[in-house]
Amino acid sequence: MAGGDRLSDEARPARGIPPSLGRPGPTAYHRLNPLTKATLATVTAVGAVVLGGVVGPVGLVVVAVLLPAAIAGVLPQLVRTGLLLSLPIAISAFVVNLFFYPGAETVLLRIGPITATAEGLAFAIEILVRILAISGAVTLFYLTTRPSDLVVDLERRGVSPRIGFVTNASVQTVPAMVDRAQQITAAQRARGLDTEGSVWRRIRGVVPIVGPVILGSIAEVEERTMALEARGFTRPGRRTLLWSPSDSRTQAIARWALVIGLAATIVARIAGFLG
Amino acid sequence: MTVSLRSVGYRYAGASRPSLLDIDLDLRDGEVVGVAGASESGKTTLALVVSGIAPRTIGGQIRGKILLDQADVDDWPMHRLSERIGIGFQNPATQLSQVAGTVFEEVAFGPMNLAIPRDEVIDRTWHALEALAIDALSERDPRHLSGGQQQLVAVAGLLAMRPEHLVLDEPTAQLDPAGTRLVADAIAALAADGVSILVTEQKTDLLARIATSVVILEAGRIAMRGRTGDVLDDPRLEELGVAETSAGRLRRLASAAGVGGARLEAALR
Repeated sequence: MAGGDRLSDEARPARGIPPSLGRPGPTAYHRLNPLTKATLATVTAVGAVVLGGVVGPVGLVVVAVLLPAAIAGVLPQLVRTGLLLSLPIAISAFVVNLFFYPGAETVLLRIGPITATAEGLAFAIEILVRILAISGAVTLFYLTTRPSDLVVDLERRGVSPRIGFVTNASVQTVPAMVDRAQQITAAQRARGLDTEGSVWRRIRGVVPIVGPVILGSIAEVEERTMALEARGFTRPGRRTLLWSPSDSRTQAIARWALVIGLAATIVARIAGFLG
Repeated sequence: MTVSLRSVGYRYAGASRPSLLDIDLDLRDGEVVGVAGASESGKTTLALVVSGIAPRTIGGQIRGKILLDQADVDDWPMHRLSERIGIGFQNPATQLSQVAGTVFEEVAFGPMNLAIPRDEVIDRTWHALEALAIDALSERDPRHLSGGQQQLVAVAGLLAMRPEHLVLDEPTAQLDPAGTRLVADAIAALAADGVSILVTEQKTDLLARIATSVVILEAGRIAMRGRTGDVLDDPRLEELGVAETSAGRLRRLASAAGVGGARLEAALR
């Protein structure tokens, strides 16, 4: 490299941002503004809880989760990821309500000292549908939106870069910790740690992995803070944005309509119009 | 423009004794000051103090004066100082912002924070990427690069901020020889553009190539300083825990074997 001349500002054609930055998504749903998708996900999740019952949340799942997922071509991934995320909590909530619903009288099944009740089953199904609606809405958002796109859009609207950074970094921390855990697992195995076999052996194998993952992450916090400070992150005021996602008046109206619809549903629930 | 340290000492928060003592140092335009020394001699601490991170970000107690173009920077906030003095660390993973989806956004992160106009941010980012020959990586996810590539991205992020003064703490620690050459070229080019640079390094061959002067630290104090050739050829280096340069070793071995003279010196030049 002829470092000197490559670093200097010689006359040459101006280049824009790389094509992949701000490139429109592959489907109409991907191309929606991130805030529109975030609003839809939030309204779906909160709406499922507020509506209660089974029919309302199921309708929401079909209209606001499954249909958009099909349009976006992510239905198989949505089902797989959504179930993976929600099954542990859904199963435990289902079992607890089915067998331990307080005040239930209609016995469906008796297994030793515990009984499954009809009232418990009805409530467990309601809870299950709500959990599926929440996990489906959140999963659809993340399958069709890059977190950084939402951050850029929020910054464009005047939200503090720090709030955007914390949100985005929190999301990105999960895969980073998974990568670190895989590296540490491989290193510990290379040194003879047994992480396979019986449940007890696996449990014993977790300790030397979890410790370095957590302590390593904590130790890196200070270095990360220093690097961010050195790159001007704490400078007050707005940052320069390289691009921002497209938006439209129609989407803005749709967002407000969704929010007003949710507010009306909450009011109706409080006023007792929804039973 | 000059960064000057006058009788500077520094003690980390909670430490019983100081890690730096009585440091007097000037970093002038276009000058590359190399800092070497054994482990725990204070190299990284000196880098943190010169950049202002110690004590602003990490706490601790500082003594003496740090002057930037004769102005006392004691009450400057970190973001103001970061517009004038950049710093790069040796671990590339912790230097990435973690929020950039592409290498381009990662390199542009610093200039974006400084609210530099968009077109200039883009221009600076491409220049920095091309300077380190990593423009082909511009659309890759920085988290999925090798350690060496990540370090080049981190250095490019510093170049894009175009600081007047740059502090690099072992910037080539995770780089292969080709990557080390790229960073060395970039440092030389920046110095030619008038940037003053302080580099802490274990690789004396690299210092021999890029540094105009070298400082050797021992237990937090300056044990030796002078022109690069004079310091790196000094026989006391080994006692101070600093490896001799490859050329110096070759000269010594050749001399011991009775080989030498003009042809060897010509080859080493």
